[in-house]
Amino acid sequence: MAQSPAHGSDHHDHHAAGHHDPQDIKLLGFWIFLVTDVILFSTLFATFIVLRNNTNGFEGGADLFNMTGVIAETFLLLTSSFTSGLAVLAMHQNKVKPMIIWLVITGLLGAGFLALELTEFVELVHEGATLQTSAFWSAFFTLVGTHGVHVTIGIGWMISIIIQIVRRGLNADTKGKVTVFSLYWHFLDAVWIFLLSIVYLMEVM
Amino acid sequence: MLENIKEFASEFFVTGDPLIYGADVSIVLATLGIVFVLTYFKKWGWLWRNWITTVDHKKIGIMYILAAIVMLFRGGVDAVMMRTQLAFPDLNFLEPEHYNQIFTTHGVVMIFFMAMPLMFGLFNIVVPLQIGARDVAFPYLNSLSFWLFFAGAMLFNLSFVIGGSPDAGWLAYPPLSGSQFNPGVGQNFYIWGIQISGIGSLASGINFIVTILKMRAPGMTMMKMPMFTWSVFAASTTIIFAFPILTITLLLLFMDRFFGAHFFTLDGGGNPMMYINLIWMWGHPEVYIVVLPAFGVFSETVATFARKRLFGYASMVFAMVIISIISFFTWAHHFFTMGSGANVNAFFAVTTMIIAIPTGVKIFNWLFTMYKGRITFPTPMMWTIAFIPAFVVGGMTGVMLSVAPADFQFHNSYFLIAHFHQVLIGGVVFGYFAGLYYWWPKMFGFKLNEYLGKWAFWLWNIGFYVCFMPQYLVGLDGMTRRISVFSDPNWVGLNVVSTIGAYIMGLAFLFQVAQIGYSIFRHEKDTTGDIWDARTLEWSMPSPAPEYNFAVIPQVHGRDEWWEEKERRRRGEKPWQLGPIEPIHMPKNSAIPAIMAICWFVLGFGLVFHWLWMAIPGLIGVFICLYARSFSAHKAEYYIPVEEIERTEATLRGGAV
Ligand code: HEM
Ligand SMILES: [Cu+2]
Repeated sequence: MAQSPAHGSDHHDHHAAGHHDPQDIKLLGFWIFLVTDVILFSTLFATFIVLRNNTNGFEGGADLFNMTGVIAETFLLLTSSFTSGLAVLAMHQNKVKPMIIWLVITGLLGAGFLALELTEFVELVHEGATLQTSAFWSAFFTLVGTHGVHVTIGIGWMISIIIQIVRRGLNADTKGKVTVFSLYWHFLDAVWIFLLSIVYLMEVM
Repeated sequence: MLENIKEFASEFFVTGDPLIYGADVSIVLATLGIVFVLTYFKKWGWLWRNWITTVDHKKIGIMYILAAIVMLFRGGVDAVMMRTQLAFPDLNFLEPEHYNQIFTTHGVVMIFFMAMPLMFGLFNIVVPLQIGARDVAFPYLNSLSFWLFFAGAMLFNLSFVIGGSPDAGWLAYPPLSGSQFNPGVGQNFYIWGIQISGIGSLASGINFIVTILKMRAPGMTMMKMPMFTWSVFAASTTIIFAFPILTITLLLLFMDRFFGAHFFTLDGGGNPMMYINLIWMWGHPEVYIVVLPAFGVFSETVATFARKRLFGYASMVFAMVIISIISFFTWAHHFFTMGSGANVNAFFAVTTMIIAIPTGVKIFNWLFTMYKGRITFPTPMMWTIAFIPAFVVGGMTGVMLSVAPADFQFHNSYFLIAHFHQVLIGGVVFGYFAGLYYWWPKMFGFKLNEYLGKWAFWLWNIGFYVCFMPQYLVGLDGMTRRISVFSDPNWVGLNVVSTIGAYIMGLAFLFQVAQIGYSIFRHEKDTTGDIWDARTLEWSMPSPAPEYNFAVIPQVHGRDEWWEEKERRRRGEKPWQLGPIEPIHMPKNSAIPAIMAICWFVLGFGLVFHWLWMAIPGLIGVFICLYARSFSAHKAEYYIPVEEIERTEATLRGGAV
């Protein structure tokens, strides 16, 4: 913390400090946003852990989780993280078309994930597990649902980025957007790993 | 049909209380008055171009401060009404239900809608100027933060006339705030008013961290930053860790109330104590979020008015960082009585006491800065001096409260009320007043009238002690907080005195309003841009600063760069070598933040009344705004040409650059 990361005092030539690299600034801003999102999810995880035994006499996760569906969801989301990485690689090589294709595949995988998650939710509701059933299920639906909402927003965001790239091509600005988006997408993947282990696996073990 | 409308209106609008009818009338009159004045003087375009759509941090700062002063008034009226009710035993000025609403809105308004915006106002006005930047890192996001705060504040305040105010205390503990015991809409207003403005605060926290990390003038290392900027950095870091907890806590309470979930309910396996833990995991850091910038202000004023460099710079920084870290590990001192057991209580008692150490270090640093200084006492310095005894007493009573076994006696008594008002008024409010008086000339180009300012100062201080000292005593004597009547004859004297103190503070506020009003017409102009002969970069430019702040960004060599520069000039050395003026890259105004805030308001209002037909379009509107911004952001910039900058500088500085 003791030194200035942005610019040393040797830069007499570029005194115009108005010329900070805007992409650099956005990227830092986004990293800090991700920190806040980590706290957001941590709070939800903490709540889930505190309430996990409060099933109110109703069945808990161990009885009702459909692990095949969950494994399939995991597979889709992890693959989509990989394909979003491939999109960024293509972007660095300025290959617009492959990049867009990888992004579209990422989005489709994400949509597949959401479809499975929704099916899982609907099945649970049919079994009688709803937000109102018990503290356990309230915490479950809120935590997993918040992740699902993040994925949904991610897909909408990605569509907007694809449209902008089709219109304006790749430049520093649109590249920055893809970079930030892929960061976000990897982050959701990481959160899912925690969801998988803390919510699903620990429950059924 | 008519019957239905009548029935709806009688539930929708708050009815039956003359105070509220009075408020209705004055709200309508004030609105009509504003509309009339704007139309008559043809000011709508001006309002739109210069304020509503602005992304200029200086103007956003002014809007924050203006809103905060209005909210200080509203919170103050609540306070005076409560003290009136409690002046004598068995009064009937406020019904118990009404009293509950008033202490709730008083607390919420003062923390969320007075202290926070006043704080963000000072951040906005000062930080970019202090670090030699042209604006904050994300000017558009900054405007959005302001409008989200504004929408949240409006939504919350609307509950006064529509639907009914929340009444479960400023932190809305369940189960009282749950739908079982609180079926009305008041708590929904609480949730969404705070949630919407809280998102804005979170965004501001991110914005100022990035600004400070990335936008400093060349040569200004972290350890050469002015202390106020350091305090903003510490507070913003605390914000980004604390506010997401608040977001989730309110979300969960909303899930309980809206969807019938069981997070904090008494049935269904819910756990109300979980809420109380969560809200204080945000709440304790929050009190340090608001007080750290006040410490920052004092560090500036003390150095300026003692004409010495700040004593113990590194230890100041260290103390602030330590405070913001430890503030996350003390939350349980707010409920020692919950029954977590002796070990847990001991842990939190000790962490709480530890916080007093860095705070003490800072006090000594300010005292040493003043030691042997050539001190002058204009109003900003008076507030600084007044802060020290107030905060020492507040801190000491805090340490008393942190003694867990003793707290079983103090908890939720008037002793506690006196403690936190002592630190919040004596620390936060005095600090922000000092900052406001100090930077006012930088904001508007003239100084506030000192004579009226001194009246306000003395009345505030006298009122403050007269109001809160008796509360310590009556609290020790067993008077608990949040009661709407008392009957014990032994408490009468102390309560009367306390109420007199509250009225004196109300009078002091009126003096401040008069001071501002008077000073707008008759004032001492700030012609040099450095009216206090101060030390940091914001004083190196004309007052008020031009929209681009620095025509040329200075090269920084040490702490107190502007003071050093003046010394160099006094010694006849070569002044700053500023490079040539270049075209300046600026963000364009944008209407999207204000529109998006309206959409949030519609969304929030719909959810308050469970009107999905209203909430869903609001939500869609939010997303449309996000899309619109994403598609237009790259076009939202322009350059100010060199000739225009030269012209502006020439008029502002009378020729000399
Ligand atoms: C040396 C520093 C401090 C110590 C040791 C301290 C200690 C405490 C303790 C132990 C309590 C809980 C007492 C109870 O509920 O029975 C408390 C309450 C409170 N403190 Fe402090 N405090 C300190 C500084 C501050 C500061 C700087 C602020 C604000 C700027 C503050 C604001 C509050 C508030 C708002 C409450 C009560 C909230 C409520 O119950 O509604 N304190 N303090
Ligand atoms: Cu605390």
